[in-house]
Amino acid sequence: MIIELNLNGKQVAWEISPGDRLLDALRMDQGAVSVKRGCESGDCGSCCVLLNGEPVNTCVVPAVKASGQEITTLEGLAEDELMKKLQSSFLDSGAVQCGYCTPGMLIAIWARLNTGGTLTEQDVRHALSGNLCRCTGYAKPVEAILKVWEDKS
Amino acid sequence: MSTGCNVPKIDGDKLVRGLPAFVDDITPAGLLYAKILRSPHAHARIISVDITKAMALEGVVDVIWHKDVKQIPHTRAGQSYPEPSPYDYTVMPTKARFVGDRVAVVLAESLRIAEDALELIDVEYEVLPAVTDFTQSLDSDVLIHEEPDPRGISKGGESNLAAMIDVHLGDVDKALETCDVVVSRVYHLPRVQAAHVEPHISIAWIDEDNRLIVRTSTQVPFHLRRMLSTVLEMPESKIRVIKPRVGGGFGDKQELVCEDLVSVLAIRTGKPVRIEFTREEEFVAARLRHRQRISMTTGAMKDGTLVANRMKVLADTGAYGSHALTVQANTGQKTLPLYPMENIHYHVDSVYTNNPISGAFRGYGAPQGFFALECQIDEVAKELGMDRLELRKKNHINPGEDDPISAHLNEGKPGMARRMNSCALAECIASGADEIGWNNKQEPTHPRFKRGIGVGLAMQGSGIAGVDWGAATVKLNDDCSVNLFVGATDIGQGSDTVLSQMCADELGIDYEKIVILSSDTDLTPFDVGAYASSTTYVSGGAVVKAATKLREQLAEVLAAKWDVPAEEIIFADNKAECGDHSMTMTEVANFAFYEAKIQPMATASFTSDDSPAPFAAQFADVEVDTETGQVFVRKFVSSCDFGKIIHPLMAEGQVDGAVAQGLGYALCEELHIDDEGRVLNPHFLDYKIYTALDMPEMKIIFHETNEPSHKYGVKAAGEVVIDGPAPAVVNAITDAIGKRSYTIPATPERIWKLIKETS
Repeated sequence: MIIELNLNGKQVAWEISPGDRLLDALRMDQGAVSVKRGCESGDCGSCCVLLNGEPVNTCVVPAVKASGQEITTLEGLAEDELMKKLQSSFLDSGAVQCGYCTPGMLIAIWARLNTGGTLTEQDVRHALSGNLCRCTGYAKPVEAILKVWEDKS
Repeated sequence: MSTGCNVPKIDGDKLVRGLPAFVDDITPAGLLYAKILRSPHAHARIISVDITKAMALEGVVDVIWHKDVKQIPHTRAGQSYPEPSPYDYTVMPTKARFVGDRVAVVLAESLRIAEDALELIDVEYEVLPAVTDFTQSLDSDVLIHEEPDPRGISKGGESNLAAMIDVHLGDVDKALETCDVVVSRVYHLPRVQAAHVEPHISIAWIDEDNRLIVRTSTQVPFHLRRMLSTVLEMPESKIRVIKPRVGGGFGDKQELVCEDLVSVLAIRTGKPVRIEFTREEEFVAARLRHRQRISMTTGAMKDGTLVANRMKVLADTGAYGSHALTVQANTGQKTLPLYPMENIHYHVDSVYTNNPISGAFRGYGAPQGFFALECQIDEVAKELGMDRLELRKKNHINPGEDDPISAHLNEGKPGMARRMNSCALAECIASGADEIGWNNKQEPTHPRFKRGIGVGLAMQGSGIAGVDWGAATVKLNDDCSVNLFVGATDIGQGSDTVLSQMCADELGIDYEKIVILSSDTDLTPFDVGAYASSTTYVSGGAVVKAATKLREQLAEVLAAKWDVPAEEIIFADNKAECGDHSMTMTEVANFAFYEAKIQPMATASFTSDDSPAPFAAQFADVEVDTETGQVFVRKFVSSCDFGKIIHPLMAEGQVDGAVAQGLGYALCEELHIDDEGRVLNPHFLDYKIYTALDMPEMKIIFHETNEPSHKYGVKAAGEVVIDGPAPAVVNAITDAIGKRSYTIPATPERIWKLIKETS
């Protein structure tokens, strides 16, 4: 079947099979390699993208659900000012080790920062609680995010 | 100088932007997908496999089982040759030895077709009795490996003993008779999994020169090339192993895990082949930290002098013996030197079972050993009525002292004497105790909470003495950029960055001038790989030597030009200078190329008979909810001696990550396996690793020492800090509730039961 959707600001048509997962469609068919495969059960957050602005784990979303929707991956935020600040803060703070979970973390926190309101350290930890990282112990990612928040506000 | 500074991580930019960097990010045209059919039985002969229906499914390209692959005994442990692990694997076994063992492999045009085809394979098994209780394995009639081990490490064909160690120093029995206090305890350590977020993944293809190319997520590319050559009966010259970015390894990728299968299938079909483990396969069929039972008997005098220690380890290596000897060698070798005693007995029985396979995982046996040792020290202190920290201070190893055990115990090799030429353990204890408030314990935050403080000391090594080595090649270009080629394996820990920093400083040029290429067996010199906390010390040693040689080549050219002695030329701050003579390094490079007409380039190797120990004193402040048994770590302090620090932020990152894993080991991680050998919790939903919400307040303190055996004074950071969290936390729980859990993880259930037990 063919579905149409908006991927990173562009209208696209995908040929998919009914059982395809959004993760596979994005990674394997569309080359959105920032969307990482980690657990395939919605537990680790490595495959996190924005579906109409909301973070979702694409490994548990059927590709067909994207029909008529807006999908944004890290690739689609390459020129976004807030994302660029987050990325450079991650680099400056030592928040990247292996970097495999990093895109998912960046997407999750970008979505949280865009909801506005105040942001405490505990809020950051809540926002990242769906993103498993085995390298950093989360300390430096949290620090990197709080730095961006402090500069912003 | 770039060493000691937080330069940008050399591979950081592409990682934060999510650019194609990992194995799976680049897909060769016509890629085929392989899936493994795994045994549902813990122990069963594979009599026959009917692949007719599977082959008939449209899109299925190939199906293999044991009749298709020659039975060549080998080990999959990624270790230096000759590997000190039993040769007990074959690519496709004729007998399944655990639930999850390889039975057949399907190759298909898509992952979905491959998965569907698995359902269409009919297997005839002869189900055999299984042994899954590792305490019963040596007495069992079930023989898991019926063939003798060509390496002579296991007792294959005779018993389920995969490896044995017995080391005696002095006379423990006699010494114990003279002691004022003798404490005997038994400690129980769980199976845990590395849980790197990127699963095992390998892609192989045959290139246009008929060579096998394997791009794989590994810690040991050069060992893999050698092992693949053995199992494929193919010359090494026909094999190229490429390691791109790796999404975490922690020891679990110090192993041949699926590289042999993608290779076999690529050779059979001539097509590119991919295997990626699912998360469930990671828990079932990758590697686990060895489950151990450690019995310890310690004798002390009234004044707190520790006199004798007996440590007996029973370890479950699972169905195969990867690292069965060496992990358990490390359990003793890394821990027992912490408190030098004249009388030591160290015994290991590492046994086969029909359980999933154990192997390397950060710390490599030391986390188990330090849990036992550091809990034991608290128990001895209690018996003596002494402060726990005072007992440690009285007995721990000090600068200039000899490690008593390493001369007698190494990883499958003769021992190497070791002296502590750099050691700031005393300083680590002092600052850590101060930071946690050792003499100023905080009050509980709720009436039903109890609060306690605990400590765990640890030491490790920097590479395997007399075994590990690495090489580096440095090549100067005409614009003064430098290509650095290293066999060393960056798996996310940042070795490409710290090796580039050392290279830049040694050449006296900016860090930004270094272009590093690592871990490609065609292009870079050899390195054993990323394990045993070796890279900064061992591979770094090679980089420094190679850069020194390159500098000497330039000095020779300039000495002739300036008519000065070569050894008087100074290279620093992007300049070469001698007296009134001065050139920028860019001018030097240009001169070398276009006047002297030479390619400045050098290769050097580094090895060491020493393995200088990094140290850590780690402290936990915990609260225990007495109604639920839940433990809350309020603050965790790591005070560390890693030698000189090359990149402070990344060194802190090593502590952060190790502590997160160590707290999981202490409190919540345990892979549960039933009596039939089935893993009960092979998902992150029910195998809990720490999330951002679970982490306590963290404090990291560095006491830099200058390790004299290395030009940059470095030791290691990767492993030592995973050793302390479990004993520190359990000692803190004991301090809080007055009772000890001898078993980890200290789950709410275990702690609740302990609290409710009538003593």
